[in-house]
Amino acid sequence: MSTKVLYVIIVVAEILIYRAEGGNGEMDLLTLVEQEQIRKDIPEFRPGDTVRVHTKVVEGSRERIQVFEGTVIARKGSGLKETFTVRKISYGVGVERIFPVNSPRIDKIEVVKKGKARRAKLYYLRKLRGKAARIQDRD
Amino acid sequence: MIEKAILGKKIGMTQIFSDTGEAVPVTVVEAGPCVVVQKKTVENDGYSAIKVGYEDIKEKKLNKPLQGQFKTRQLSFKKYLKEFRIQDADKYNVGDEIKVDIFQPGDKVDVTGTSLGKGYAGTIKRWNARRGPMTHGSKSHRLVGSSGATGVARVVKGLPRPGHKGAKKVTVQNLEVVKVDPERNFLLIKGSVPGPKKSLLFIKNSVKN
Repeated sequence: MSTKVLYVIIVVAEILIYRAEGGNGEMDLLTLVEQEQIRKDIPEFRPGDTVRVHTKVVEGSRERIQVFEGTVIARKGSGLKETFTVRKISYGVGVERIFPVNSPRIDKIEVVKKGKARRAKLYYLRKLRGKAARIQDRD
Repeated sequence: MIEKAILGKKIGMTQIFSDTGEAVPVTVVEAGPCVVVQKKTVENDGYSAIKVGYEDIKEKKLNKPLQGQFKTRQLSFKKYLKEFRIQDADKYNVGDEIKVDIFQPGDKVDVTGTSLGKGYAGTIKRWNARRGPMTHGSKSHRLVGSSGATGVARVVKGLPRPGHKGAKKVTVQNLEVVKVDPERNFLLIKGSVPGPKKSLLFIKNSVKN
C-alpha cells in the first residue's frame, strides 16, 4: 500500500518537473534568455495597490534615487517584458509612469497599501477625482 | 567576401536589459554547430568555397544522393546544406565544426532569411499604392490605378501590379550581436530578422564595415 502511494508521488513529481522544464526536458530558449534577467526581489503587487517605486536616476556622473508613489492601475505583458503603470495626482494633475517590472534601474518597490480592485486595468480612475478615485483596502 | 558565417534558426523576439538598464529589442537565434561537409578548391572545382550542414536529421529523411554526401565523409546527417565562398577557405577541413563563438558581442552581422509569405496581395499592400476615394460615388476603393496612357499601346514595365508578396529571400544588414552563448548555441541579435519562427537563417559578418 505505502509503496503504491510512494510511486504515485514520484510520478506526480516527475510530471511537475517535466512541466517546469518546459515540456520536452529543456526549457524553451526564449524563456531561458529572459530567465537570466528576471528579478526575484520584486514583491508581489497587483492593480489597485499603492506602491513606492525607487528608481535610479543618473544625473551627469552621479546616481541618485528617485521615489514615485502612486496607485498601480495596470500590469501588462509577460516575462521580462512585463510593465506596470503607476498613477498619482501631483499638484492637482494626474501623472502616470510606466515601469518595466524587471528593470535594473528600479532600486526597489515598496507595497504601501493593498487595494481591492474588481478589474485588471483601472483606467476608469483617470476620469475620477478626489473621493471617487479612492480604492477599497484589501486584506 | 564572407569572413565568417553560420546557419541558424529563428526562435523569436524578446527584450533584454543592457548594462545601463535600457531595454534592447533582440531576436533569439539558435545557430550552429555547423559542420563542413565539402571543400571546393580552385584546382578541383574552379573556385574555392565551403559547404556546411546544419541540424541533425534521420538518415531515412534524406534521399540517396544527399545521404551519400554524408556517408562518404562519415559525417552525421544534416537537414540543411549551404555552400558559400569564404575568406581563407584553406583553413577549413571536412568535418570541422563552426560554432557561434566565431562571433563576439558588438559584431555587426547581415542576416538572410525568407520573409513572411503574404500570399496574393493588391497594389496597396504590395507597392504602397494610394487607395481610391471611399465615398462620393466612387467604387475604386482598393483597385489598381491607371495602367498608363492611351495611344502607347503597351503597359510600361515595372508598373505596380497585384501579385504574390513575401516568402522571398531578404537580407537585413548591419545588425548588432548582443550576446553569444557557445554552450547552448544561441545568439542574440539586436532588432528583427526576416521570416517566421523556426525558419532557416544565414548569418554572416556585415559587408558594411
